[in-house]
Amino acid sequence: MMISDKPARPDKQVAIQVERPWLEAWNMFKKNRAAVAGLIILSSIIMISLLGPLAFPADPFAGAGPLLSPPGERGFLLGTDQQGRDILVGLLYGSQSTLMVGAAAAAITITIGILVGALAGYYRGWVEEVLLRITEFFQVLPPLLLAMVVVLLFSPSIVTISLAIGIVSWTSTARLVRAEFLRIRELDFVKAERAIGSRNARIIWTIILPNAAPPLIVSAALSVGVAILFEAGLAFLQLSDPNVMSWGYLISVNRPQILEAWWPVTFPGLAIFITVLSVSLIGDGLNDAFNPKLRQR
Amino acid sequence: MNLPIAIARRVGYALILLLAVLVLNFTLLHLAPGDIAETIVGESGGASKEMLAKIRKDYGLDLPFHEQLLNYLDRVAQGDFGHSLFFDQPVTELIFEKLVPTLLLVISSLFIAIVFGTFLGVFAARRPSGLLSQLITVLALLGYALPVFWTGIMLVILFASLIPIFPTSGMDSGPLGASGVGYIWEVLHHMTLPVVTLSTIYLAFYSRLSRASMMDVLGADYIRTARAKGLSEQIVIFKHALRNAVLPVVTFAGLQFGALFSGAVLVENVFSWPGLGTLAFESILRRDTPTLLGILFFSALVVIIANLLTDLAYRLIDPRIKTGAKA
Repeated sequence: MMISDKPARPDKQVAIQVERPWLEAWNMFKKNRAAVAGLIILSSIIMISLLGPLAFPADPFAGAGPLLSPPGERGFLLGTDQQGRDILVGLLYGSQSTLMVGAAAAAITITIGILVGALAGYYRGWVEEVLLRITEFFQVLPPLLLAMVVVLLFSPSIVTISLAIGIVSWTSTARLVRAEFLRIRELDFVKAERAIGSRNARIIWTIILPNAAPPLIVSAALSVGVAILFEAGLAFLQLSDPNVMSWGYLISVNRPQILEAWWPVTFPGLAIFITVLSVSLIGDGLNDAFNPKLRQR
Repeated sequence: MNLPIAIARRVGYALILLLAVLVLNFTLLHLAPGDIAETIVGESGGASKEMLAKIRKDYGLDLPFHEQLLNYLDRVAQGDFGHSLFFDQPVTELIFEKLVPTLLLVISSLFIAIVFGTFLGVFAARRPSGLLSQLITVLALLGYALPVFWTGIMLVILFASLIPIFPTSGMDSGPLGASGVGYIWEVLHHMTLPVVTLSTIYLAFYSRLSRASMMDVLGADYIRTARAKGLSEQIVIFKHALRNAVLPVVTFAGLQFGALFSGAVLVENVFSWPGLGTLAFESILRRDTPTLLGILFFSALVVIIANLLTDLAYRLIDPRIKTGAKA
């Protein structure tokens, strides 16, 4: 959900050559303390998701103690749920599927968005007309409902859920990429490339796309967060892979007991919130790093 | 091009979009693995052989794809979206019952988000690094990162046991509740928590949007002119600047209607609000495919109508917009 509906950079071609652009970007990123905190939190969550299950080898679906034991008692740091499952173990194992679906769905979102946006912005004419119509079509369908239909019809699994989320959330990326292509295709270095007879594919992928990367990187980071929320929402509606533990699943199964036990629902929700928050902070930092002109805002 | 023709064109285009939604519905049904007749019946109470045979006949499942599609469109044109076997009711009836509560929830949330959001944004724009601006930045982060259904659950925990001043479930107090004006009050009372939950996300969004847009407008020459000729700050802001600053807010209101519907599905389920979202969840549990496809169609219809209205509102606010030019 980005607000920048304007081109991310001014239309004038700025002839500033940075010697090492990635180092420069990292320096800008470092200045944003919240973004660095977000990066540290997210890296820790990824590490925990990789190492946690190794440290606590257990079946996350199996009961481990008394039902609904409050947090901190009987050796269960975060308590147990209505089937006696250890919430902490559930969170550790659940982080894997949550992060995996988040990354996969965001990758699909970005891929479709780039393809549609690049072709529409570069070729214009009827190609653009058709692709814009398709984009508008997808904007009319409430994304969660469409994802629900797809997942229900093709039965929930990590693959169908990632695909469904990707299919319903690419439209804003496509619009962003198209806007960037419309702007960059008129710049001198692209015209020069065309004048020397480069093939369209080369111009699109190796000349224009890298120059459209800065706003795209920011939008990619944000779509990871959106995808994680989406996955949690689908799991809350009981559309999650029945064989894979996830944070949304924990919330969904423990919801009927919220008035007796707050912890089995509160902790997974906090985990989702912290993860998405860290992704969003990183997104802000990337924005500072790659779109420095916008920082004055 | 004059206004009626422009509107007629938009309506024609909207009809084509609706047709596309139907084709998508039908194609998805056919792409799904397994026997279509069984998919349509769902897992509700194990359909009998006769039932399956009837569905095959009704849907003409032995015909080629394009003929089946035409049959389907023909049935839809007569308002027949199939029969929900679980609820034992035509899908259209089922949806019309639930559409009003959902619209009530979605429109009130959008209204509150836009009014309060614009208000916050306009005041924040006057002091871009002030306290209010920072509050908006924090709100925006929260609005982006909080799972809306979880926020709702937390509110239920808070208001069901700790501060029981708002009801946390349903839309009214049932058959024993009040009637007439008392009923309206009852619904408003029940609406409070769902609307607060749903509007929080968009409140942050609209306050950021209107702040940015107001800051742009306040830098314009005509604002300087208005101030220079000695108009009071109130008049400058609310009469001269706000009208222009509110344009992007209107644009996004139309664009976001679909996303708002998605949020409503989750929020309705948290608060047992008797709308389309709760119906959608029930049809997932029963694998009631016709109902779910019907909900998808009717919510797309609502989004399309909302887009048309936005377009109209836009033209009314800013008469300079050329009729006929597409958005």
